[in-house]
Amino acid sequence: MKEARWRNVFLTIYLIFALLPIYWMVNMSFRTNDDILSSFSFFPKQLTWANYAVIFTDPAWYSGYINSLIYVAINMVISVTVALPAAYAFSRYRFLGDRHVFFWLLTNRMTPPAIFLLPFFQLYSTVGLMDTHLAVALAHLVFNVPLAVWILEGFMSGIPREIDETAYIDGYTFPRFFLTIFLPLIKAGIGVTAFFCFMFSWVELLLARTLTSVDAKPIVATMTRTVSASGMDWAVLAAAGVLTIVPGAIVIWFVRHYIAKGFAMGRV
Amino acid sequence: MLKPVNQKAWWLVLPVIICVAFSAILPLMTVVNYSVQDIISPERRVFVGTEWFVSVLRDEDLHAAMLRQLAYSFAVLAIEVPLGIALALAMPADGWRASATLVLVALSLLIPWNVVGTIWQIFGRSDIGLLGAALLAIGLDYSYTGNSTHAWLTVLAMDVWHWTPLVALLCYAGLRAIPEAFYQAARIDGASRLAVFRYIQLPKLRGVLMIAVLLRFMDSFMIYTEPFVLTGGGPGNATTFLSQYLTQKAVGQFDLGPAAAFSLIYFLIILLFCFVLYNWMQRVGTASAPATGDRGSA
Amino acid sequence: MARIQLDIAHSYRANPQQEADYALLPLRQTFEDGGAYALLGPSGCGKTTMLNIISGLVNPSQGTVRFDERDVTQLAPQQRNIAQVFQFPVVYDTMTVAQNLAFPLRNRGMNEAGVRARVSVIAEMLDLSGQLDQRAAGLSADQKQKISLGRGLVREDVGAVLFDEPLTVIDPHLKWQLRRKLKEIHRELRLTLIYVTHDQVEALTFADSVLVMARGRVVQSGSPSDLFERPAHRFVGHFIGSPGMNFVPIQLLKSTSGARVQGGAAVATIVPSQTMTLGIRPEYLRLGPIDEPGVLRARISRIQDLGSSWLLSARVDSQPAGGEECLLRVRLERSSAVPAEDEVVGLRILGPHTCFYDAQDQRIAPDQEGAARC
Repeated sequence: MKEARWRNVFLTIYLIFALLPIYWMVNMSFRTNDDILSSFSFFPKQLTWANYAVIFTDPAWYSGYINSLIYVAINMVISVTVALPAAYAFSRYRFLGDRHVFFWLLTNRMTPPAIFLLPFFQLYSTVGLMDTHLAVALAHLVFNVPLAVWILEGFMSGIPREIDETAYIDGYTFPRFFLTIFLPLIKAGIGVTAFFCFMFSWVELLLARTLTSVDAKPIVATMTRTVSASGMDWAVLAAAGVLTIVPGAIVIWFVRHYIAKGFAMGRV
Repeated sequence: MLKPVNQKAWWLVLPVIICVAFSAILPLMTVVNYSVQDIISPERRVFVGTEWFVSVLRDEDLHAAMLRQLAYSFAVLAIEVPLGIALALAMPADGWRASATLVLVALSLLIPWNVVGTIWQIFGRSDIGLLGAALLAIGLDYSYTGNSTHAWLTVLAMDVWHWTPLVALLCYAGLRAIPEAFYQAARIDGASRLAVFRYIQLPKLRGVLMIAVLLRFMDSFMIYTEPFVLTGGGPGNATTFLSQYLTQKAVGQFDLGPAAAFSLIYFLIILLFCFVLYNWMQRVGTASAPATGDRGSA
Repeated sequence: MARIQLDIAHSYRANPQQEADYALLPLRQTFEDGGAYALLGPSGCGKTTMLNIISGLVNPSQGTVRFDERDVTQLAPQQRNIAQVFQFPVVYDTMTVAQNLAFPLRNRGMNEAGVRARVSVIAEMLDLSGQLDQRAAGLSADQKQKISLGRGLVREDVGAVLFDEPLTVIDPHLKWQLRRKLKEIHRELRLTLIYVTHDQVEALTFADSVLVMARGRVVQSGSPSDLFERPAHRFVGHFIGSPGMNFVPIQLLKSTSGARVQGGAAVATIVPSQTMTLGIRPEYLRLGPIDEPGVLRARISRIQDLGSSWLLSARVDSQPAGGEECLLRVRLERSSAVPAEDEVVGLRILGPHTCFYDAQDQRIAPDQEGAARC
């Protein structure tokens, strides 16, 4: 089919475009700083693993990854869990102030994080949660929960209400209906929501850096400290960048079936 | 399809409100508090009312930065939305190819934003970067540090590279949610490929597209790290967008009062635009022929 | 107006090895022009696969499909002059009802005047004339299904309309209205209609001829009364009827060449096979005097008031050799005398409506060695 060929050509071109800068980052990660700054070479002429060695051996580096993973995971779980019932409510019912609450939620997503900086700093200092994973996880709820509710509501509204009603007629209780019938139908929405919550929390820098110092310092903060007396440490930064992609790639690998399967109506 | 009224639904929404409210309302109050005071020192605070707001709004440089920002956001939307939809349509729907494509497409989203800027910094240099060297080889006198237009285009290309997958992933998930029966019925009806896109896929993508457009708009409006790392706002102030401008002012003045005022104004501008966009998109979705009770979401 | 002949087998796997790999075991089936057929069976029996093969959405892995002697196996759905209505309404939300109905015609390049005329005829037939200018998205589920159906009927060259459980999302009190509408259309247009369902009430009321399917085969096809009175297979007896047929295992008495029915009553017929089952529907089981030939002793375990009738559940009294306890159901008219719970009664299992099934669950034909039953 001619159309399939055009699609594949377009897809291939886009993937090349998408992967070139990443390839360049991988390229840089296998070279030394001097090498990077002095010459242009498509393939690293002298391959070195030194940059990766730094990251795997220096606790300042690898603990950054672990810290980030911890608070991002906490945040992801809370965001999706709390958003599911709320999204269902917005999707299926009208109640007092529903449109306003929904828009208020969106406003939290559209707020520049800088606004929350000082107040969060004071708040978490006061309750003694400074420099903990929990603090960052909770702080990130501000923008992730609204996003989760927003996306999930969109997918839920795509499921006809007749399905709910048929289930009740067939004698399902609400929890059983929600878990066994409804959630599988919005798999794609859940997959995409989980991934975005992961992603936005993983890359967030301002709040994560402000609320932590040593114990819970995330990888994003560590990566801004790569300037030393001899200048910017491009090579190690590139290696760190390559490694940053890995957890996210794993997450999307896990949710791939959710996103790709979609609407399996089956026999209701 | 009218939704029934049910006040008990508030219980389902309560956890969300708790999570967000304690994070959002208190800080907001604090910021509002600061924005109307002149905090000379922790002990000496003078209430100045709207003085900061007025001075900010009168600032000519702010107007320039605002225009630059609007142009940028508009360009970003104009490129990323169609490109994202096209990409979602091109991505395979099942099999190992689907999984592989998903991972590859999502990679650019996972890179911390300062690293994105850093990579493109090197990428774009004619001496040591792939893009720069390639353009030089074609004969283009490319310099994102020296030439304003080149800087603009590079920042734009960087954003498209970075964020189109967001639109694409949302649309891809939305496409997967369309039941096969619709495509089957379209085949039986003899619909062309274009008709299938126009009458089945695009209408069903309306929900996710609205999310994608608003998200990209507000995020591009708040963009800071990537252009800052790449061009530092230059050459001159060619790529100094709104957030960078306001940060410069606030950091430069090192004053909580004006800083808070800036933050609030910034927030209100975004709020206004999003509110307008949101309502416009809602209305467009439910417009045309006399609707009989069809509601958009929320 | 199409006579459809199937000579196919289908497997969704590339290399089917055994029976279980086939969605449809090799079969031959003819659907006569203008007939109303129902494909009835439980989930996974292959009925939707058969429907999709007829419509062309699925290509059979083996065999051919013919429409009026023309081999259409390789033709796409839009070239077969069929229409299909799906389980949930498939309408183009952004278009009005009229635009929806006009869509297939416009795609085939019909002139505007013809399109408008045809659309109003079909809308009239489906009681949609009042909603022609409304957006399809805002209508109720049953109206949307009518639009789906209308898009199929609007093409004058349509030969067959295929339904895939179309009433699934319709409110119960509207289902009968739609069913009646379908019968009206059938009478008016005389199209070949093929209707897939797992609901026997739908199948039996809609179709002239019902095909009962199980695990990839057509177990029996015939009129609703055939299926009810003379189920050819135990499965059909069990599936049709609410509740289904009662089954009683019986043994052959060697010496007298008769059959002993569990419970001891000897039967004065000669039935040739070894292990058999006797089947009788609850509607035909009657109370009778205990200890007469052909009557079983049973104890009433439960009496249910179904409104228009009584449903009795009774346990057969004596134990068979190594068998399980036998539970029989009896359906009595409202006006009959009803025994009390726990009472011991006699159930006449031998009568004109009794059927016998062999070890392979196939019905044993009536005239074998003088058996004057069924």
